[in-house]
Amino acid sequence: MQMFDLSLIWAVIIAVGVIMYVLMDGFDLGLGILFPFAPDEDARDVMMNSVAPVWDGNETWLILGGAGLIGAFPLVYTILLPALYLGVFLMLAGLIFRGVAFEFRFKSHRSKRYWSLSFAGGSFLAAFAQGCVVGAYIQGFETANGVYVGGALDWLTPFTILTGFGLVVGYALLGATWLVLKSEGHVRDWARALVPKLLLGVLAVFAIVSLWTPWIDRGVFERWFDHLQVIWLLPAGALLCALGIFLCNRHGREGGAFLLTLGLFVCTYLGLIVSRWPYVVPPQITLWDAASAPESQFFLLIGVLFVLPIVLVYTAWSYWVFRGKVRVGEGYH
Amino acid sequence: MALDPILLSRLQFAFVVSFHAIFPVFTIGLASYVAVLQGLYVATGNAVWDRLGYFWTKIFAVVFGIGVVSGIVMAFQFGTNWSNFVRFAANIIGPLLSYEVITAFFLEAGFLGVLLFGRHRVSPSVHFFAALMVAVGTFISAFWILVSNSWMQTPQGFEIREGVAHVTSWMEAMFTPSFPYRFAHMALAAFLTGGFVVCGVSAWFLIRGRDVEAHRRALSMTLWLLLILAPLQAFVGDEHGLNTLEHQPMKVAAMEGNWDTQSNVPLLLFALPDRELQANRMEIGIPNGASLILRHDPNGVVPGLKEIPESQQPPVWMVFYSFRVMVAMGLLMIAFALAGLFLRKGGRLYTSRFYLRGLQFMSLAPFLAVLSGWFVTEIGRSPWLVYNVLSYKDAVTPSLSGWMVLVTLIGYITVYAVIFVSGVYYLFKVIRQGLDELDPDEEIHDADRPARPLSATHVPFDGHTSASRS
Repeated sequence: MQMFDLSLIWAVIIAVGVIMYVLMDGFDLGLGILFPFAPDEDARDVMMNSVAPVWDGNETWLILGGAGLIGAFPLVYTILLPALYLGVFLMLAGLIFRGVAFEFRFKSHRSKRYWSLSFAGGSFLAAFAQGCVVGAYIQGFETANGVYVGGALDWLTPFTILTGFGLVVGYALLGATWLVLKSEGHVRDWARALVPKLLLGVLAVFAIVSLWTPWIDRGVFERWFDHLQVIWLLPAGALLCALGIFLCNRHGREGGAFLLTLGLFVCTYLGLIVSRWPYVVPPQITLWDAASAPESQFFLLIGVLFVLPIVLVYTAWSYWVFRGKVRVGEGYH
Repeated sequence: MALDPILLSRLQFAFVVSFHAIFPVFTIGLASYVAVLQGLYVATGNAVWDRLGYFWTKIFAVVFGIGVVSGIVMAFQFGTNWSNFVRFAANIIGPLLSYEVITAFFLEAGFLGVLLFGRHRVSPSVHFFAALMVAVGTFISAFWILVSNSWMQTPQGFEIREGVAHVTSWMEAMFTPSFPYRFAHMALAAFLTGGFVVCGVSAWFLIRGRDVEAHRRALSMTLWLLLILAPLQAFVGDEHGLNTLEHQPMKVAAMEGNWDTQSNVPLLLFALPDRELQANRMEIGIPNGASLILRHDPNGVVPGLKEIPESQQPPVWMVFYSFRVMVAMGLLMIAFALAGLFLRKGGRLYTSRFYLRGLQFMSLAPFLAVLSGWFVTEIGRSPWLVYNVLSYKDAVTPSLSGWMVLVTLIGYITVYAVIFVSGVYYLFKVIRQGLDELDPDEEIHDADRPARPLSATHVPFDGHTSASRS
């Protein structure tokens, strides 16, 4: 067991799990955020049908992330959840509401409006809460002896509210480029017109957060303005992605726009990790501090290494099966 | 009034886990029943088994769907409200709970899809195999959960270093003394739950004269099963109790309402236990009953609560009454199973409206028994979260204040109320629609996916249903 750094392996697994969740649940949360602004009920049906085959599988990543954290990095779990107590509740309530609404909207007629509302509200709430978590993470957490000692609302500051809205706009962008890819006619035109506006919003938040972050914490400042210049490739990559999204969207390259939006998220995510590496509960606790015992990490690793490839293949397969456009009136009612 | 974060956290956990537990205990039993039906179809070729299988698969899908949604919260409860417990026990509990998630993941990715949507795409044998695997999968999930819980009840296989539990032997930590009994008791409970719901629903259809032939078969076979399982559960429960007496004697003392360690302890049928008085206000019991049951000897000595200080005693009346509710439900189940046998002999099993109506109500009995049984074992463990190792006080999240827990408690109650009402409402709708004529060309929609169990039912949530023929 000493041959490998188990904590490092686990850090990679969880980091991959988180970004998988963000990318895969991101676009369907984004559709929920765009839901109230859709031109008509047909468009809403298309939006839901475009994610119906895949959305629920996406959220299983979140549960795996939660359980995996207890197993591999219990200290992260036991500090972050108390610190984000109310935010976590809002996120879960949002996710549950939209999950139930998603299923019942398909099957309802008279009560359809309420399920639509729940779907939109839940999506917004979940996305906003997740954005606040990102902001809180950049801010860092007040701990003593590995226990959270801050207040109940430390996670809700002007900075985290900004990141909260940032993620809402970001998910909306993901949702819009996904919809352009998956729809046609007036629905696609509507989504396509939204992309530049949302992109502008994302870039604005991106710029403010980038300028703000280094001043929040000295460690972050030093990381970016020290000798590790290669990390500047990440924001550069993000900007290139943004430019690419704009051009692709303009010239009707739908797949390109969606993939580059994913790229934009990945670059931002890696930038975030780089800012704080190797701290998993900034500003004090590293991933090695937070790790569970090696025998526990090893015991769990066996199962995960067995199941994860199967899940990945299966997920890829289900996206492949449901490739192509969704038309108005398709799917079930 | 000061809000106590510990009490509120316990209430919150009890609420969330009770609400969640209703669904898995149902799906575990139902999954096995569906596997039996599909197996009978493969063995006999009689289409009525397939029709029943399809009907119960739809119900399984709805219940499974609600269970998954309500389960999301569980993965976070430990950290939000009991972070010091996780900090202490993560090396053991973490991998165990994660294995449960991995099992569910695996199940969802594989056989659930074939069971729910593969009816017309694969051969009946393959479909049966998928049903069987789903049933096995639900048991594997239950296995991990009960392994974790049993470790908290009768912990072993670990050592404490710097305030954190470290595993010394996975075999010992996983297979603790209470685990085999707990697992057997819970597995039977799941079968009983599935069984009585099937009986109740079949009875409902028989009273209305719908699909009589199919539902008679369902009722008949299930009652035979219950005739064996209900008494067996009493036996297993008794064994589980003896195991608890050995490892958690104070829990048994609370169950029996017994304060003094003594011989010739009566079996109390009714009592008013009072912790402040350290005695029962009044009691009605069968002399020597408890001694006989627990020690198989009227002079047997039964431990009493006064062996430990009052502060370490569990809330006696809750354990006491929960235990009685569970046992009463168990006896009622045995009575109904026996009554079924007598009616069958007299040839009135399918026609006695009184009995069929009774069966409808009995659908609720196993749920009540399961919840009260969990109340006994969980409340009976208090004030310990990990028995004799970690108390609630040391396990709760230190940064928590009462109002935070209260806000989220009210929030969870609201959210779950909406899910429960709409979910159960929809479930009744699916049941009322009844057995479909199986159409081999039935359209399978693009949006139907194994990841969304609820999509397996094409029953409208509101408006008209095809059940109007009833």
